[in-house]
Amino acid sequence: MTDMNVEPSLRMGVVLAALRTPSFMIGLVLTLVFLFAALLSFVWTPYDVTQLEIANKLKTPSATHWFGTDAFGRDIFSMVMIGARVSIAVALIAVGIGIVIGVPLGLLAAARHGTLLDEIVMRANDLVFAFPALLMAIMITAVFGPSAVNAIIAIGIFNIPVFARLSRGAALSLWQRDYVLAARVAGKGRTLISAEHILPNITNLLIVQGTIQFSLGILAEAGLAYVGLGTQPPLPSWGRMLSEAQTMIYIAPHLAIFPGLAIVFTVLGLNLMGDGLRDIFDPKLRRAR
Amino acid sequence: MTSAFKALAFAGALAVSTALSPAAFAAKTDITVGAQLEPPNLDPTSGAAGAIDTVTYSNIFEGLTRFGPDGSINPGLAESWSISDDGKVYTFNLRKGVKFHDGTDMTADDVKFSLERIGAEESTNAQKALYADIESVEVVDPHTVKVMLSKPNGSMLFNLAWGDAVIVAPETIANNATNPVGTGAFVFKDWVQGDRVELERNADYWGEPAKLEKVTFKFISDPNAAFAAVMAGDVDAFMPFPAPENLPQFAADPRFRVIAGSTEGETILSTNNKMPPLDNPKVREAIAHAIDRQAIIDGAMFGYGTPIGTHFAPHHPSYLDLTAQSNYDPEKAKALLAEAGHPDGFKTTLKLPPPSYARRGGEIIASQLRDIGIETEISNLEWAQWLEQVFKGKDYGLTIVSHTEPFDIGIYARPDYYFQYDNPEFQKIIEDLNNTADPEERDRLVKQAQKKIADDYVNGYLFQLANTGVVNAKLQGVWENAPTQAADMTAVYWED
Repeated sequence: MTDMNVEPSLRMGVVLAALRTPSFMIGLVLTLVFLFAALLSFVWTPYDVTQLEIANKLKTPSATHWFGTDAFGRDIFSMVMIGARVSIAVALIAVGIGIVIGVPLGLLAAARHGTLLDEIVMRANDLVFAFPALLMAIMITAVFGPSAVNAIIAIGIFNIPVFARLSRGAALSLWQRDYVLAARVAGKGRTLISAEHILPNITNLLIVQGTIQFSLGILAEAGLAYVGLGTQPPLPSWGRMLSEAQTMIYIAPHLAIFPGLAIVFTVLGLNLMGDGLRDIFDPKLRRAR
Repeated sequence: MTSAFKALAFAGALAVSTALSPAAFAAKTDITVGAQLEPPNLDPTSGAAGAIDTVTYSNIFEGLTRFGPDGSINPGLAESWSISDDGKVYTFNLRKGVKFHDGTDMTADDVKFSLERIGAEESTNAQKALYADIESVEVVDPHTVKVMLSKPNGSMLFNLAWGDAVIVAPETIANNATNPVGTGAFVFKDWVQGDRVELERNADYWGEPAKLEKVTFKFISDPNAAFAAVMAGDVDAFMPFPAPENLPQFAADPRFRVIAGSTEGETILSTNNKMPPLDNPKVREAIAHAIDRQAIIDGAMFGYGTPIGTHFAPHHPSYLDLTAQSNYDPEKAKALLAEAGHPDGFKTTLKLPPPSYARRGGEIIASQLRDIGIETEISNLEWAQWLEQVFKGKDYGLTIVSHTEPFDIGIYARPDYYFQYDNPEFQKIIEDLNNTADPEERDRLVKQAQKKIADDYVNGYLFQLANTGVVNAKLQGVWENAPTQAADMTAVYWED
């Protein structure tokens, strides 16, 4: 289904298709906004979020503090910016772990299809997959203590079977193709075929799935931080901002609204982008429309 | 208008008002009290959880002496007592006609059983140390009991007022954890685990009967749910209320009254006195000067709390105000750090238990310490982890916790306690204190002890936790202060 050859003319076609897919463009813009905010936060934020100004607490949004201030007098806009950085970093690395470990496992299983190795790899993946992701994350942080690094590992582990299954399924269909057969006849080994012929042809699929997993990773990070298992203070995190705002929702609703909106828009943006990408990459779907 | 007609009109009005009065003036006789923590069991003599006392203290169980709402020690099941000249023999005269809820009489034998049980080898009493000086208990007659001490103990009457020393009956002790049988003004009725405990008025109470017929303790752990429950009138009182930020909203509502009394909770930045570089008194002094107490009270507690400079309750007559000795002075703090050999600061851990005073206070302190160059790595822990790692394992640099036991400065004399403060001079002061019954001498020693730990900057002393709660405006007789952990409902009533 995704075995189209990436030639220059087709590449242009993809770009054109992207421009003509509104959901992708909206998703892309939303994602880029947060990505930009995250990158900008490394060099500049309106205020220093480690500096507390108790006298200035719970201020409503104004020209000086666009999103208002929290219970410690910190600027919420700055916190949302740095929160974006934390969320994106955690999700990105977690998806990275999933791809780097999951894809080779899936390719290996496909290359050795029907062997004991295939069975072992895939059943191990089923085992991880069957375990509720958040429960596993809580277990990991309970054992190793709460921190951003442990949150990354926990979310990363639950990404492995997703990519392993996906790449195995897609690779299996490719192994039947004539050009793979030709490569085998030419004497190429299974590993080389996987790397040179299979992987490039499942990349589109991986990108689409990666985008979706990325948004799930952001949600998972927010969820873990919300229950106190993710990023630890003083580094701001959207999930923790929400949990801290909880008891103040009646006196200062802006404390919950802004990080909440940030999570909604990032996840929405990534999902729209993922959906759009699938439409763009999948010619059959595109033609059907 | 003739006088006859007037009289008739008066009689008519009287008749109307009499007819109306039962409906119009009948005060409510039941109450639902909200509490954040559910007790693990209902036997205060064998568990440490303060939530047990909240439900049972004075409501179900009574001791020989008892705390008054102001923290004074009043007669309880003992109507009077005398102390021998050497301070080693206490003779208690028990009240007559006191019955346990199962109908049996409370006698000197029950007192002997209860007190001896605390010191028994298999006892799981949480405050065993308080009663360690009790050598033997002798029954003189059914209403007189003699308590023999191995050495004089000036705090014995105070110690006996704690929930850990209430009088229980040997016949019912086995089931007290789930079906408590005491002598109090309320009888245990039902416990729906995870939801509520119900008490009913004790019709055969020896003293003035409770004004309420029914008391329900409802356990709501989530602060938002607590807020909603109070607002909706599902609970008539919530003490202590877990989120101080919501109190101003209650205060502005005429249906409610906000309570802001005192507690015995010294909230401190506990410091591991054995962990370098915190083992250096100069470093601890620097930390003390880096802390802006008012910012913590305002930021973490929304203004509720009293600054303290030592481990002692400010409302206690022997309190010594030492806050000036550790005033907020970041420049001085930096100089002290440099003097201690850490001009560029250092890194340590700050492990925080769940209460908001710790979580929020921790972030504020971390920011204040960062200003003088000390980097703290914050980790938010659940209570079980905190008890395991910090309290038992002593694997921490700094932590924040409120020590809610009354008059607990003696913990500094325990070198194995989690601060690991080991100072023979201080231990001597506490030993002398325990052996002294003379009020003036005790006052002097207590002040000396306060000064000593402040001079050694054992911990960062932050503030005295306020007893913040919200009650229905028509509710009378609720304890404003919390001299011990209790929700004493015996004198509570609804105003007409």
